[in-house]
Amino acid sequence: MEAVVFIVGAVMVLAGALGVVLRAKPVHCALSLVLTLFGIAVLFIAQDANFLAAVQVIVYAGAIVVLLLFVIMLLGVDRTEDLEIDELRGQRPIAAAIGVVALGLIVMAVFAAGGRRVTGQKAVSGALATGEPDINVLAKSLFSDYVFAFELTSLLLVIAVLGTVMLARRPKGRVDTGDKQDVNT
Amino acid sequence: MSVLAVAPTPTWYLLLGAALFTIGGVGLLVRRNPLVMFMCIELMLNAVNLSFVAFSHALDDRSGQTAVFFVLVVAAAEVVVGLAIIVAILRRKPGATADDIAMMKG
Repeated sequence: MEAVVFIVGAVMVLAGALGVVLRAKPVHCALSLVLTLFGIAVLFIAQDANFLAAVQVIVYAGAIVVLLLFVIMLLGVDRTEDLEIDELRGQRPIAAAIGVVALGLIVMAVFAAGGRRVTGQKAVSGALATGEPDINVLAKSLFSDYVFAFELTSLLLVIAVLGTVMLARRPKGRVDTGDKQDVNT
Repeated sequence: MSVLAVAPTPTWYLLLGAALFTIGGVGLLVRRNPLVMFMCIELMLNAVNLSFVAFSHALDDRSGQTAVFFVLVVAAAEVVVGLAIIVAILRRKPGATADDIAMMKG
């Protein structure tokens, strides 16, 4: 039964990932990305990471993909990318070769580590399966061991929001020419 | 029946993560639309998240799942800032691909 869940999740993940890379329209890519993210959430639940699965769906599928779709719709960049033309000579074969080599190296590393006992080192920062819900375990870890990092993420988010507002606003004084052409440049 | 009866080991998840990471990386190298390149980066981040959770589950260690939490936050911040940059660029050059944005080339 667990193997069935894994296979279903893996098919979702890989089909979505191939869709992102191979589909020509950005909207189709974004929808394929949703499929991948849901597949990842399924695999999280299969590994008892229930809270992370919920966060995955809310943050990724709920927020990030909607943001991407919003930009696609807003800017009208939903033009079909011609996947045939190759502006850099030999870009695709070289990229495929790099991909094969990278996959081979990672697979070799996984098998060289010896399957189940990945490093042989057991938990160093506290057990996960304590009988409590995983959200409690995660919260205790987050607000004790990693509290400074957690506070820093709040700073990071504030900086990201401020930077976004600065980048996205139109400079004062310039004539708003809409989204079509900017005569100055 | 024989394959479906065994429980998936962490190796399965790590191999799936490796495949997902590679697909994302190849997509990042091949595609030219900046938004699709962004989605490929998300694929790579998700592959790493999957590996983190697999290790966390296999070694019974809570810091793996905590790391995924931080990756999610950083990914959200990265998407917000990156999309703002893309919007700013596309407002000046509608329909720009990654090949067109070469004004800083020496």
